[in-house]
Amino acid sequence: MTTLTQRTALGSTQVKAESANESRAKRTTLVRRIVFFTSLLVLWELVSRSGIWPDYLLPGPIAVGQALLSGLRKGLYIQGAWVSLLRLVIGYAISLVIGVVLGALLARNKILQDTIGALVIGLQALPSVCWLPLAILWFGLNERAILFVVIMGSLFSIVLGVESGIKNTPPIFVKAARNLGANGFRLYGQVILPSAFPTILAGLKQGWAFAWRSLMAAELLYYTLSLGNLLQTGRDLNDAAQVMAVMVLIVIVGVAFNQLLFEPIERRVAERWGFGATGI
Amino acid sequence: MSLASVLQLRGVSKTFTSRGRDVQALTPIDLDVNAGEFVCLLGASGCGKSTLLSLIAGLEKPTTGTIIANGAEVTGPSPDRVLLFQDAALFPWLNVEANVAFGLQQTNTPRDEQRRIVQDWIERVHLNGFERSFVHQLSGGMRQRAALARSLAINPSMLLMDEPFGALDALTRDRLHGELESLWSATKKTIVFVTHNVREAVALGDRVLVFSPRPGRIIGDFRITLPRSRSLEDVAVIQQTAEIMRVLRAGLEAAPQLI
Repeated sequence: MTTLTQRTALGSTQVKAESANESRAKRTTLVRRIVFFTSLLVLWELVSRSGIWPDYLLPGPIAVGQALLSGLRKGLYIQGAWVSLLRLVIGYAISLVIGVVLGALLARNKILQDTIGALVIGLQALPSVCWLPLAILWFGLNERAILFVVIMGSLFSIVLGVESGIKNTPPIFVKAARNLGANGFRLYGQVILPSAFPTILAGLKQGWAFAWRSLMAAELLYYTLSLGNLLQTGRDLNDAAQVMAVMVLIVIVGVAFNQLLFEPIERRVAERWGFGATGI
Repeated sequence: MSLASVLQLRGVSKTFTSRGRDVQALTPIDLDVNAGEFVCLLGASGCGKSTLLSLIAGLEKPTTGTIIANGAEVTGPSPDRVLLFQDAALFPWLNVEANVAFGLQQTNTPRDEQRRIVQDWIERVHLNGFERSFVHQLSGGMRQRAALARSLAINPSMLLMDEPFGALDALTRDRLHGELESLWSATKKTIVFVTHNVREAVALGDRVLVFSPRPGRIIGDFRITLPRSRSLEDVAVIQQTAEIMRVLRAGLEAAPQLI
């Protein structure tokens, strides 16, 4: 027992030292980022003011910032972002449901794997924006065509992530669980899915990224207000500041979702499984 | 100790098919294990002793023969015969407490009862304070302790241990030997323990069964009557080890191409 308590004590001082190191490393990262991005913005402003390229082609960060603020103030950008996000969330949710079910079926059934599995891998190679012309022919230039492209963009990454996660479940976990009395749905829900979760999460994240890209591509061709459409309007108006402002907005939305949705889940998984604990 | 036989193997063999070729891992084996007995299966790597353990656990099916455990033929895994693996096989997505509770959750044990049993076993394997730790935060010895608690929490009558201490350092292994021995004498479980370490087998077992190299068969059945608790350094343990080594060596020399 004494050795155990000693070990705990030792462990906690180690933890403290590690967390001190960690916060110092975080500060360094933050400083580097601030310096880098500030320099980048200054350089951009300088190049823009130098007059090498005309203002309407290369506006500086100040002009872009003003465009962004005025767009936000008019409510135009917020409305556009809202429309885009709604489509993204609906399309992704549909992909998620179909993808998880299909991936789980593929992982368990050899016939499906040999047939549908090959189809999925083939279709995964097709950039989802290639579905757009067909979608417009089938559904017309409307909401359904856009959702279709978003789903086609994200579905296959999710299917493949779920399938490979489940297929690569270490047999020893399944053996141990069966031996401890787990079977059927419980074996699935309490062992196979949790064990596959890190791989599934990677598929979900990739699916999300593809959904976002597909959506922006589809919206470029679309005439009602949305983020993609705002980009296109900026081009039509010869307003490079608006184009860049909307690009910034798209980046912000994308990063925000990643940070709010996937980051916390990834951190929890890493904490449990000990990913990244080696410090590499 | 009761002499009722709780495990009977009759003509149990196993043949694997790999790349179109049949490989016999075990020749037909007959074996009886009594209730509360600590039996060590001893043999070189690849002699089929782990396969035999898997068959007893019901995780694999024998090619021929029958296995009867507690009066019923083994047709699949049962929480009454729990297998412990060399790499503890704890679930990395669960903390220690949840790992230990896993088997109980599969039954209809009431929550309070589950919590009590889990806490009790965590204390008995000296993991208090580590209830919320995840697997990667535990040392090898602690992982084996947690796996032991997870298995014993569902109160099986038989523990099947597959070189559980094989990957541990000598000091940790020594301590776990002592802890396993006292858990065994307190709970009176039947233990079938696979190892390739002769001294470990002698120090722990009531009986040591020596396996020949592939295909495995039993070439020696030693009763160890030395007083407990034994240590790996006891002179008597070392003497008995030497005797068993002779049998093991003779078995290996009979099949030199397998070494």
